[in-house]
Amino acid sequence: MIRLHAVSHHFGERPVLEGLDLTLSERRIAVVGGNGSGKSTFARLLNGLLVPERGQVLVEGLDTRKDARAIRRKVGFVFQNPDHQIVLPTVEEDLAFGLKNLKLPPADISTRVTAVLRRYGLEDFRHHPAHLLSGGQKQLLALSSVLVMEPRYIVFDEPTTLLDLRNKRRLAQAIHELPQTAIVVSHDLELLRDFDRVLVFDAGRVVVDDVPSVALDAYVRMMA
Amino acid sequence: MSLGLYLHRVSPVHAVPAGAKMLALLAAGTGLLLFPSLPVLSGALVATLGLYALARLRPREVAPVFRLSAFVLVPLFALHALVSGWEPALVAVLRLAVLMLLATLVSLTTRASDMLDALERALRPLARFGLNPARLGLLLSLTLRFIPLLATWLREIQEAQRVRGLDRNPVAVLVPLLVKTLRTADTLADAIDARCFDPEEPS
Amino acid sequence: MKTRDLVHVALFAALMAALGLLPPLALPFIPVPITAQTLGVMLAGSILGARKGFLSLLLFHLLVAAGLPLLAGGNGGLGVYVGPTGGFFVGFLPAAFLIGWLTERAWSRLSVPLAFAINVLGGICVLYAVGIPWLAVVAKLPLAKAAWGSLVFVPGDCVKAALAASAAVTLKRAWPLIQPPRSASPAVPPPSST
Ligand SMILES: Nc1ncnc2c1ncn2[C@@H]1O[C@H](COP(=O)(O)OP(=O)(O)OP(=O)(O)O)[C@@H](O)[C@H]1O
Ligand SMILES: [Mg+2]
Repeated sequence: MIRLHAVSHHFGERPVLEGLDLTLSERRIAVVGGNGSGKSTFARLLNGLLVPERGQVLVEGLDTRKDARAIRRKVGFVFQNPDHQIVLPTVEEDLAFGLKNLKLPPADISTRVTAVLRRYGLEDFRHHPAHLLSGGQKQLLALSSVLVMEPRYIVFDEPTTLLDLRNKRRLAQAIHELPQTAIVVSHDLELLRDFDRVLVFDAGRVVVDDVPSVALDAYVRMMA
Repeated sequence: MSLGLYLHRVSPVHAVPAGAKMLALLAAGTGLLLFPSLPVLSGALVATLGLYALARLRPREVAPVFRLSAFVLVPLFALHALVSGWEPALVAVLRLAVLMLLATLVSLTTRASDMLDALERALRPLARFGLNPARLGLLLSLTLRFIPLLATWLREIQEAQRVRGLDRNPVAVLVPLLVKTLRTADTLADAIDARCFDPEEPS
Repeated sequence: MKTRDLVHVALFAALMAALGLLPPLALPFIPVPITAQTLGVMLAGSILGARKGFLSLLLFHLLVAAGLPLLAGGNGGLGVYVGPTGGFFVGFLPAAFLIGWLTERAWSRLSVPLAFAINVLGGICVLYAVGIPWLAVVAKLPLAKAAWGSLVFVPGDCVKAALAASAAVTLKRAWPLIQPPRSASPAVPPPSST
């Protein structure tokens, strides 16, 4: 469970998030809102990439202000552009990067890497340079690199924006099958239809918080 | 890492550790700078070519590497010959040629990764300068990962500016490239941190 | 160093390599084509500052020394260091450092002419101060001759200094990265980025 208590944040003079009080316990939580409404800022709070100016973010009781390291083991993060999150030159090295940071023994690293490669059909690309993968494969690699660390929560910030229709579906399927709790920021409403809960952001506040059938319609009307 | 000049062979030259080869190169370079006489240089040239043979490198394989150096050596020889006669010209050019041959031999017979390990050890004292040697590995890999990406961006931006008639204006290419690079740096740093990387830890 | 600083160092080393892939530019009135790599040196110094700029060039050199063909024209390996132009490559390091150091000190009043002067000082004076004696020793040339021979590159390098200066000043507005040394300029909060 992730809880936010009276969270506010400014960039310079500008309020970006204001007075957020939320308890996130559903398995599939969607975050929607217009450009600049604060969605990415909100997402970055959840694993301590950003510490709020005021208020607290608690992940299973741990405060992001004090326990960022422990929290990042629990909360993985998949970004919009895979090119900005694939860190190392080859597929295998990149998958092992997070595991090495966790100080796992090499044998465990290798087992986990093999398992995740098989799961997403990337076995043949094990020693491939990451920059030669297709856009869809890159995003699957980005997701795999996070999954391989076995986090309990995964935050996605617009994971499908750069993908074509087929890869969008593939990623949607992958997210659908995750055993983990997923918090997904997206403009792709199709992806969010079967979620448990939708938060609609506007100017740094949650203006609608409901099931998709209600919240997504309200959001569409808001944007009209 | 398969990049670089390395040519794989099973040979005694290849077997010498990278650090030892680099130290030997340093010693040979100093020696040749201090005693540049024609007999010493001819001996060194023969010895160097012997090492190439020992390393089982065929002339045809290494020729492309030296085409660049020929552009430097030939005019230099002409210049020296005109100014001070053929013997000093031969000495100057021979010394340079032997040095470049030796240095290239080291590069041809040592894997880039072994070379980097040796260089990394040599750079340990730089830790005081704020460069944690344990972080060097990450830096090198990150750079290798981003070279192809930056080359692609550069091409894309040039093409975009060509459409707008701005491709002859280098600032119109540079500024977007730099902004894109710095923006990427921000997300990339987040992505690295999100995967539990700890920049401060000594390890 | 924070992760972001490490990333800056690595990305500018990659930028150096990418600039090495650009075909040399031939300009009217300038006798030799100009390559983009010294531009990378100037940019690293004037955008990242002394320490990160220096480390970025050091990283680039490590890859070149390890045998990767990253210098303009596909040059690389230890051979470039013992070659006649080796000093100019080694000069990248102090050049980037000095440009960065001066840019940090001039940060609050950085203008294109000032940035240009800084880039000329670091990217031309320092670079040549290392490169020319090296050329003289390695090629057994008299110092004066080596210096005269190098002069043909000065116009091209001035063009690059102007480019780097204008890019640095534009970027200072859009994406300020350098923190001026605390003693030199009191409490001017950097403008926040987008
Ligand atoms: N590092 C930063 N410094 C200054 N301002 C920032 C920073 N990051 C975000 N902002 C500002 O905060 C506001 C919210 O940004 P955020 O990225 O959270 O929006 P978003 O909802 O994710 O938008 P989008 O749909 O475009 O991704 C924007 O006005 C943005 O300009
Ligand atoms: Mg966003």
